[in-house]
Amino acid sequence: MTTTDDRPAQEFKVVGSRPIRHDGVDKVLGRAQYGADLKLPGLIHGAVLRSPYAHAVVKKVDVSRAEAAPGVFAAITGDDMPVTAPKMVDMVEEVTNLKWSSQRVMAHGKAVYRGHPVAAVAAVDQNTALEALKLIEVEYEPLQAVISLEDAMKPDAVIIHDDLVGDHLGEKVSPTNVAEHTRTEFGDPEAAFAEAAHVLERTYTIARAHQGYIEPHSATAFWSPDDKLTVWTTTQAPFGVRSNVATVLKLPLSDVRVVPMEIGGGFGGKIGLYMEPLAAMLSRKSGRPVKMTMDRKSVFDATGPGPGGQVTAKIGVDKDGKIVAATADIRYMAGAYPGSSISAATAGIFACYKVPNVRIDAYDVVINMSKTAAYRAPGTPQATFASESLISELCEMIGMDPMEFHLLNAAEEGTRRPDGPVFPRIGNVACMEAIRGSEHFKSDLGASSDGKLRGRGLATGYWNGGGNRSSVTISVNDDGVVSLVEGNPDIGGTRTTIAMQAAEVFGLPAHDVHPTVVDTDSVGYNDLTAGSRTTYASGQAAIEAAKQVVEEIKKRMAMIWETEPENVEFEDSVFQNKVAPDQRLTFKEAAGKLGQTGGPVSKTGTVNVRGSGGGSFAAHLVDVEVDQETGKVQILRYTAAQDAGKAVHPSYVEGQFQGGAAQGIGWALNEEYYTSPDGVMQNSSFLDYRMPTALDLPMIDAIVVEVPNTNHPFGVRGIGETSIVPPAPAVGNAIADAIGTRLYQTPMNPSRIMEALANKRNGQNGH
Amino acid sequence: MATVFLSIPLRRYTNGESSAEVPGATLRALVRNLNERYPGIAESLVNPEDADRLMPGLAAIVDGEPTNMGLLTPLDEDSEVHFIPAISGGAAVSNSEPGGGEGCA
Repeated sequence: MTTTDDRPAQEFKVVGSRPIRHDGVDKVLGRAQYGADLKLPGLIHGAVLRSPYAHAVVKKVDVSRAEAAPGVFAAITGDDMPVTAPKMVDMVEEVTNLKWSSQRVMAHGKAVYRGHPVAAVAAVDQNTALEALKLIEVEYEPLQAVISLEDAMKPDAVIIHDDLVGDHLGEKVSPTNVAEHTRTEFGDPEAAFAEAAHVLERTYTIARAHQGYIEPHSATAFWSPDDKLTVWTTTQAPFGVRSNVATVLKLPLSDVRVVPMEIGGGFGGKIGLYMEPLAAMLSRKSGRPVKMTMDRKSVFDATGPGPGGQVTAKIGVDKDGKIVAATADIRYMAGAYPGSSISAATAGIFACYKVPNVRIDAYDVVINMSKTAAYRAPGTPQATFASESLISELCEMIGMDPMEFHLLNAAEEGTRRPDGPVFPRIGNVACMEAIRGSEHFKSDLGASSDGKLRGRGLATGYWNGGGNRSSVTISVNDDGVVSLVEGNPDIGGTRTTIAMQAAEVFGLPAHDVHPTVVDTDSVGYNDLTAGSRTTYASGQAAIEAAKQVVEEIKKRMAMIWETEPENVEFEDSVFQNKVAPDQRLTFKEAAGKLGQTGGPVSKTGTVNVRGSGGGSFAAHLVDVEVDQETGKVQILRYTAAQDAGKAVHPSYVEGQFQGGAAQGIGWALNEEYYTSPDGVMQNSSFLDYRMPTALDLPMIDAIVVEVPNTNHPFGVRGIGETSIVPPAPAVGNAIADAIGTRLYQTPMNPSRIMEALANKRNGQNGH
Repeated sequence: MATVFLSIPLRRYTNGESSAEVPGATLRALVRNLNERYPGIAESLVNPEDADRLMPGLAAIVDGEPTNMGLLTPLDEDSEVHFIPAISGGAAVSNSEPGGGEGCA
């Protein structure tokens, strides 16, 4: 299948420019309303009592003393929550079973992770609610916590869920902690390895890492006397929250309205339910609106980071360095309930390469820690740490330049992705060539003057993303300014990028399109803000709506000019009668005549976009300096090249490249859940959970590659996620180049660097 | 005829065959024809609650892109079809009541 773009090169007036963001003033002045900012008449405050044990039977929960305390309006336990039947739902970046979702938000007889809610109260203020928690009596029977792959997968493992039925290559297996074992296989990798000139196999361990969004989760609910529920929440998925809350609480879908608040970071971590059903049940009991906001410790303990795990990868090449076969064994720890993006890991691990013979086994394993969630290109950075580190070591082994290796083996249009589908037009090679042409790549690494060691690393990455359903409504005001209503919470500048695509159709400046994110009753259905889909798919809905508006105004102009609509053309924001060219009105002038020609013009564009058009590839290059005395790694220089198809707002695109790279560097060097043997996270604060700050990183150079996407009218690709995929292996490869030995585990923190240096001195390698 | 690539779990219905040429103007027709050739395979592909939908947790890739119309997806004469797990994992629970499917519930 080929998808060569035969469209003529497009010229844009708005797309590709860098206007000031529509929400900028509100955010700079602190006027933007985040979840915790909400104030409502009669508002009371909720708090959650969380299990101190990672695995325990909850034998008794007595909230009577708390309920009777002054200032307390209501208390709930698992017994107050409706029992939810098993039901699988697909939310683009998460497939989940609503029975698990229901149990996750409130323990039903058993706590399966530290921080698992066992009760909640609502009181006149936050302090009263927190004090009331101390009056709740809970009787636990602690069980052995399962917090490692080894313990979870051994034959006599402690079973976390008696009712979990694993799917192991199509066989139903119970009891088990392995929720799923999948296998993808093409060709005959074993035969190809046997014929290969060189074969290398290594095992890598990747720590689970949190998205680290600054804003903690916050949800407010009001259950009105007529059983209508309104939820204000900081979410990437208002329509998903609506449907899932309705299912979990057994309410009709249309009786739930979800109001998305501004988001202070999500990165995939604000898709699932956490406190929304609890706030709703407390509101039902108290008759008041109830607000619940997590503290940072609860965010770390009880929300979903990206999964950690273990990946064994093996690659064979012929004498010229061409890949002949690759295999992988991917084992991710999903947390307390199944679902750890193993299918995305399978799709991504070798996606940058042509691999004629491949087999990938993947395991989704439950353990006694909070359920993991989507985290920017879910599942893919972990797997790519293995594949790109292995390729770097393989290049070293066979004496081949990594850039040449990548270009020799690079996937391109027509290449079959290792999990089956064939790539359409993609920018994989273009990204590598962008790095090769960069001033960074051509520069000398330079030597440190104080005995520190310097190294350079290269890695590539891929994320497919998605399309799916979006609705956008556009209304024309008399003054020619356009209001645009959309349903995707803005986590990365999407208000502006969606508005810019409509503005391009109208030929208006971006600031003449006013975008607003509204609640679930005020716009048609929108899939969530995730999967790198929002600018790409909701942008197409905006284009569709804008085109309908233009067609309607053509009819109105035809009425005024007493001609047929097909005689009216629209170009450069001007309507003109082709038959009488002196009859022409600008868009703004025409807008003032809508009232007299049939009334307001308001149109809705709806789309259901198939796929992403091949996804977005990236190549990253990094220089590091390693202090042999302390093991500290300093990032000296970093360049990220990625295919944006067509960058709608290049500053936002560059920001996404830089932000993803920063998160990936944190995952590479410092971030991990440091956990005690009984499953208690020991570093659940931003002081101890070490994320990179502006002081830790240089300015990251962003190179925007543009290989137009044939699936989008302007060529746009979703770009929000790929940038987190290459950093960990790029940094690891740079460290190996600097210190002459490799690390096979994240984070590559100072203690592990010192250990690797000591092992090197002792003649040992790390694998 | 469309080419269907059969994942490892589906090969227990196909005597180990990894692909098949199957007619069908839509994905639903293709699955129907596939089931005639390999009885029982549809039980792993079709939502038992809604015959227009794929089994929850399963994605169909047609000509390189995931479907957005479930089993109603039209096919070309030379389409290529893959059935793969949806993007995240997730397992059944006992006494399961299947439901949902593509898209949010």
